[in-house]
Amino acid sequence: MSARLRWRKFVSAFMLSMTGVCAVVAVCVLFFILGYLVYHGGTSISWNFFTRLPAPVGEPGGGMANAIVGSAKLLFLATLIGVPVGFFGAIYLAEFSGTATAFIVRYAADLLNGVPSIVIGIFAYSLAVLPFKHFSTFAGGFALGLMMIPITLRSTEEFLRSVPISLREGAMALGAGKWKTIATVIVPSAYRGILTTILLAFARVAGETAPLLFTALGNRFWSPGWSQPTASLPVAIYNYAISPYEDWHRQAWAAGLVLLALILIINIVARGILARSVSVSRS
Amino acid sequence: MATTTTIVPSGGPVAGSRSFLSRLRDGDEIARLITFLFAASVVLITALLVYELWQGSALPRHQFGLNFFRTSVWDPVFDQFGALPFIYGTLVTSAVALLIAVPLGIGAAIFLAELAPLRLSDTLEFFIDLLAAVPSVIYGLLGIFIVVPLMRNGIQPQLKQYLGFLPLFKGPAYGLGFLTAGVVLAIMIIPYIISVSREILLSVPRDQREAALALGSTRWESTWKVVVPFARTGIIGSVFLALARALGETMAVTMVIGNTPVISPSLLSPGDSIASVIASQFKEATGELYTQSLIELGLVLFLLTFILNGLARLMIVITSQRGSGTGLA
Amino acid sequence: MHASVRPAVSVNIPPTGTNTAARESAAALSMRMTVSKVNFFYGSKQTLFDISLGIATNKVTALIGPSGCGKSTLLRTLNRMHETVRGARLEGEILLDGKNILGLDVTALRRRVGMVFQRPNPFPKSIFDNVAYGPRINGSKEPIGESVEKSLRRAALWDEVKDHLHKSAYELSGGQQQRLCIARALAVDPEVLLLDEPCSALDPISTAKIEELLVQLKDFCTIVTVTHNMQQAARVSDFTAFLLIGQLIEFSPTPQLFTTPADPRTEAYITGRFG
Repeated sequence: MSARLRWRKFVSAFMLSMTGVCAVVAVCVLFFILGYLVYHGGTSISWNFFTRLPAPVGEPGGGMANAIVGSAKLLFLATLIGVPVGFFGAIYLAEFSGTATAFIVRYAADLLNGVPSIVIGIFAYSLAVLPFKHFSTFAGGFALGLMMIPITLRSTEEFLRSVPISLREGAMALGAGKWKTIATVIVPSAYRGILTTILLAFARVAGETAPLLFTALGNRFWSPGWSQPTASLPVAIYNYAISPYEDWHRQAWAAGLVLLALILIINIVARGILARSVSVSRS
Repeated sequence: MATTTTIVPSGGPVAGSRSFLSRLRDGDEIARLITFLFAASVVLITALLVYELWQGSALPRHQFGLNFFRTSVWDPVFDQFGALPFIYGTLVTSAVALLIAVPLGIGAAIFLAELAPLRLSDTLEFFIDLLAAVPSVIYGLLGIFIVVPLMRNGIQPQLKQYLGFLPLFKGPAYGLGFLTAGVVLAIMIIPYIISVSREILLSVPRDQREAALALGSTRWESTWKVVVPFARTGIIGSVFLALARALGETMAVTMVIGNTPVISPSLLSPGDSIASVIASQFKEATGELYTQSLIELGLVLFLLTFILNGLARLMIVITSQRGSGTGLA
Repeated sequence: MHASVRPAVSVNIPPTGTNTAARESAAALSMRMTVSKVNFFYGSKQTLFDISLGIATNKVTALIGPSGCGKSTLLRTLNRMHETVRGARLEGEILLDGKNILGLDVTALRRRVGMVFQRPNPFPKSIFDNVAYGPRINGSKEPIGESVEKSLRRAALWDEVKDHLHKSAYELSGGQQQRLCIARALAVDPEVLLLDEPCSALDPISTAKIEELLVQLKDFCTIVTVTHNMQQAARVSDFTAFLLIGQLIEFSPTPQLFTTPADPRTEAYITGRFG
C-alpha cells in the first residue's frame, strides 16, 4: 500500500469517526437535558406543586396549580381554534380545491408556519388584547391556536392525499357522493396520521412561551375567568427562572420537568401511533 | 328519494353530470363551501398578520424612516428608537450559532445517512426529533443555570487568557452575553440541521456513491467529494431553515443574552436581540411610538424569516428533484 | 445436471471447443483475472453457483444471459462493489494478477478494476472535473489537464467536448454522458474495466459509438461487459460466458459460442427460445 493510499485511508477513517462523534454529541444533549431536569426537577417536585397556589416571596413551599390549570385552558382553546381550521382546511385542499387556490392556501400556511412565535404574540395582542383593553385567557388561546393551524393543515393534507385512489374509487363506485366518501372512507383510513398530526401540533404549542407573554400574561392567583389573564407553565418557568430567589428556581425546575415530560410523552405516543399504522399497512 | 339522486337521468338540467340540486342534497356543495371557508380563513389570517404588522408600525416608519435601522440609541424616555443594537445582536448570536451548529449538524447527518446501519440511524433520528420538540423555555432554563455559570467560570476566562488579544474576547466575563446566547441557539438548531440534511443525503442516488467508489475513492472521499456536493444546495437550504429559526428564537435568547442594547465587538459582552427586546419590553411599553417601534422590529423579524424560509424551501425542492431526475438530461 | 455443466468449463483456459487453433491461441493468452468456485449469497438466497472462469488480458469478455441470471452480480464481485449492498456474501476465490482480490485493499482494488454503470451517472460537476476526479484523489503525477484530454480522447469524446470542458456534465446527451463515465473510469488507468449493460439506456446511434469504442479500448485495458443484447456480445467480445439462473452454462470464444454452442441451453438462448 502506497504512503498516499495509507494517508487517504487514515483521513477516511478519521473523518468518518468524527461524524460519529458529532452524532453522539448531538444525541447526548437530549439525555443531558433529561437527566438534569429529572435530577433538579425531581428533587423539587412534590404533591403541593400540583395542588397549591404559588407562595408569596420569602415563604417556602407553594405550588403551580394555577399555572397547570391555566395551561390546560389555553391548550383547550388553542385546539378548539387550530384543529377545526387545520382539519377542514386540509380537506378542502386535498379533496375540493383547484391547483391555484391550493397553492395560495399552502403558501399562506407555510408563511404562517415560519412566522417567529414572538411575532404571533404581537399579532394576537393587536387582535385580541388591544380591542378589549385587557389581557385574557382567550387571547393566549387564540395565539396558540394560530400556531396550530399551519402545522395541522399541512400534514393532515399529506395524510389525506396518501389514501390510495382505489379506496376512493371503491366508495364512488358504490354510489357514495363526494362528501360521503370523504366522511366514511378517506378520513377514517387516514385517521392515525391525522391523530398523530394533531398530537404533534398540540405538543408543539404546549411549550410555547413567547406568544403568551403579552396575551395571557400571567397570574399569581387562580384566573377568575376566560376573559382574565391566566398563569401558564411556560410563562411561569420563564418568570421564576429569571427571578433572584432560590426557592423560585426550584419551582422552575419542577415546572420544567412537568412540561418536558408532557411534551416528550405526547411526542412518543404520537410517533407510536404513526409507526403502528405504517406497519399495519405494510403487512 | 335519496337513493335516486345518484342516477340522474341524462334529461336532467345538466346533461351527463349530477345537477347542482342533487349534489346539494348529498351535502357535497355544503361541504365544499364549509371547508373552503376554513381554508380561506388561513389566507385571511396570514394577510391580516402582514397588514397588522405594517399598519401597527406606521408611526416610527414615518418618523424615523431608514434611520430606524441606522441609529443605535434606544431611549423610551426621549422617544429615540434606533434598532441597530438589536439587529446587531440578532446577527451576531445567529452567526455564532451557525458557526457551531453547521459543522456539528452536518457531521452528524453524514453519520446518520452514510455510515450508520438503518436501524441505528432511525433510532438516533427518533432522539433527534425529540430534541427538536424540547420547548425553547427549557433551553433557556438550562442556559441560565448551566451554560451561564460554565461560561463565566470556565470557558470565558480561558478564552480571555489564550485569545484575549483578539477584540472578540475582551472585557469582563459576565456569563450572559452574545457568546452564551449563540451557544444555546446552536444547541437548539442542531436537530433541525441534522433532520433535514439527513433526508437530503439519503435522497442522493445510489449510483453517485457507486461511481465514486468504483473509481477507487475511500468511503470518506465518496461522501465528501461526491455525495455532499450533490446534496449541497439542499444542505444549504437546511442551514437557512435553521438560521430562520435562530433569528426568530425568543425565550432562550432573552434568558441568557443580558438584555442590554449595546453594540460591542466582544462576544463576551451582554447584548440584546430583536426577538428578546420585544419579549422583555412590549408588555411595559408606554406610548404609541414605543409600542409601534417594537412592532416595527417584529416586522423586520417577519421579513427576515420570510425571505430565509422561502429560499430554504426552494433549495430543498431543487435538490430533491435533482435526486429523482438525474442522469439523462 | 450441474455435473454436465462443469466439464464444459475449464478454470484457466476459456475456450472449450474442438477447434485446435482456438485452443492454441487461448493457451498463449495470459489471464488478468481468474474466478474460481465463486458462490454468492444475498442473505440466505444464493444467486451464483460455483462459477469459474478466466478473463483474458486485453480482450473483451462478455457475460450474457436472461435478466436475473446473475451476470451483473458476477460483474460486481470483480471489484467488490457487491460489498456496498447489505447482507451480500461471497465465497470462493477471485484472482487479479495472481492475487486474491479479497485480500487486497478495496480502495486500491477499485482503482485497478474500474466500473461503468448501466445508467450514465456523471457527477453534477463540469465535464473536466468529472474526468479529473479520479486522478485528483489518487494524486496522479501526470498534469491533470493532460490526463483528462487523454482519457476523453480514448473515450472518443474529446472532439465533441473540447471547446466546453467547463460546462456541466448534465448538459451532455445520454450517449455522451455514458462516454464521459467511461472517460472518467479510464482516467485512473485501470487494468480492467467492468461495464454493466453500458448501452441499455441509450439510443441505437449512441450504442454503436460505445460498441466501437469497446473494441478500441482493448489496447489499454482488459474489458468485461455485461449485456442482454446478444448481437452486441457477438460484435464486440472475444470471449462470451452464458449464465442461467446463477450458473455458468458455457464459456467459449465468441464466434464458437454463437455458431456451435456446446450446450443445448445456450443454443436455445441464442436462437431466441428464451424470452
